[in-house]
Amino acid sequence: MSKNQLDQSGEVQDVERLGTNPGDPLPMLDGHVSHGRFERVLRAGHFAVTTEIAPPDSADPDEVLVRAALFDGHVDAINATDGSGAHCHMSSLAVCAILTRVGYSPILQISCRDRNRISIQGDTLGAAALGVCNVLTLSGDDVGAGDHPEAKPVFDLDSVSLTKTLRILRDESRFLSGRKLDLPPKLFIGSSINPFVPPIKNRVDQLAKKINAGAEYIQSQYCFDVPMLKDFMARAVDMGLTEKCYILIGVGVLPSARTASWMRDNVPGVHIPDSVIARLKGAEKPLREGRNICVELMQEIKEIEGVSGLHVMAYRQEKWVGDVVKRSGVLEGRVPWSPDHSDTTIGTVS
Amino acid sequence: MYKVRLWSVRHSRFMERLYNGVNPAILATLRGVTKVFGTKLDKPITSMEAGLKGFLFDCQMCGNCQLSKTGMSCPMNCPKTLRNGPCGGVRANGMCEVKPDMKCVWVLAWDGAERMKGGDAIHDMEFSGDHRDKGKSTWLKLARDSRPDATVKPMQNTNV
Repeated sequence: MSKNQLDQSGEVQDVERLGTNPGDPLPMLDGHVSHGRFERVLRAGHFAVTTEIAPPDSADPDEVLVRAALFDGHVDAINATDGSGAHCHMSSLAVCAILTRVGYSPILQISCRDRNRISIQGDTLGAAALGVCNVLTLSGDDVGAGDHPEAKPVFDLDSVSLTKTLRILRDESRFLSGRKLDLPPKLFIGSSINPFVPPIKNRVDQLAKKINAGAEYIQSQYCFDVPMLKDFMARAVDMGLTEKCYILIGVGVLPSARTASWMRDNVPGVHIPDSVIARLKGAEKPLREGRNICVELMQEIKEIEGVSGLHVMAYRQEKWVGDVVKRSGVLEGRVPWSPDHSDTTIGTVS
Repeated sequence: MYKVRLWSVRHSRFMERLYNGVNPAILATLRGVTKVFGTKLDKPITSMEAGLKGFLFDCQMCGNCQLSKTGMSCPMNCPKTLRNGPCGGVRANGMCEVKPDMKCVWVLAWDGAERMKGGDAIHDMEFSGDHRDKGKSTWLKLARDSRPDATVKPMQNTNV
């Protein structure tokens, strides 16, 4: 299915349409693969914005909802990270399940680090049963980067094989073993890319590999280097990859020059040019400057051919996501759906 | 040995020619040997393969050898054992995220593949390996396959 064919089926007014209970799945539109709102937004041709929720170190479901509410009216989907940085937090599946109960559109991140193919396939079915409509496949940070470096890394699958596995579950309605499913998981399947680290010239081949394996959308690592992104996107457009896949580019809110330098040196795969760090260092109010940089990046990236949306990652800066999205104007006045918090029936099962 | 591994990738075109040249002979010999001796010589043959490929490529004997498709850089040396790498954590100098003293095996793989005639095979997806084959010989697996021109068999249960 090409992207263009599908564009015609997603009408603008359908994008925000809901069932009676916000937790209920939306009716699936023609040519769509999931019941989700995130897929509707992209297929209707809107410029999408997603963000990332930091799963709590807690068993409290309200904490998840409080953190998600910060993004109300500013984002189309919320990524629930899967032990990011190899640190232990509430599981991505549980965070997604809590979010779907009130109608949010979460993206379940699945990393290959902690689970083998038996566990991942089982969790994927469970996630779909709990109302999750979007998944994102990742290799995962190495256990050495986290707070349990003594843990056994699994990496039974890699992110490309995992993407293929999810497509087999959904499209062929079977496990990898060949055993049939009674009902396949209706998921919008995505994967990640990092165009900013070596081998730079082959990163676009890596994107092609992920698309061939079945990725329908892509979320990228932080972009702080627009010229580098432009090169990458130009090659992706030339190869026709942006016709087959929606590409969302990651942007970040940097709080200070010190944090930026620390991230560059310690967080795997983060590329921050010296000019960005110098600008933060020279700023009178670095916090504000960090947000200004993010807003400018968002506006610049939106204009690049082939970019379908932005993924705002603002770890410990979550309260500013709404601010940067609003100031950047990338949603062009569109207000993404958010739950009505005064509705006390939310989450109840009749 | 890390240095030999780097040499093998730098000379990937030569290694490819060597592999294409001797592979049919090795497989024919092994077919003959396995016909006469059955599985009796599996252990020494496996040790021989492990020794040779270990020296040249730091081969980890995954039993699903893909060297000719990965620029002569063994993907099982990746700490995450990614068979469709690289991951997004590669350092700016091309070194591994997990082992800063080791060049990323997939940076090497794309580099090696560029010099090889059949290097385009690196674009194809390789489904994650069959863990039952760890420590087993790929050569014997190929020799026992009935087709003389057979490549590595797809995993029986996976059907991808």
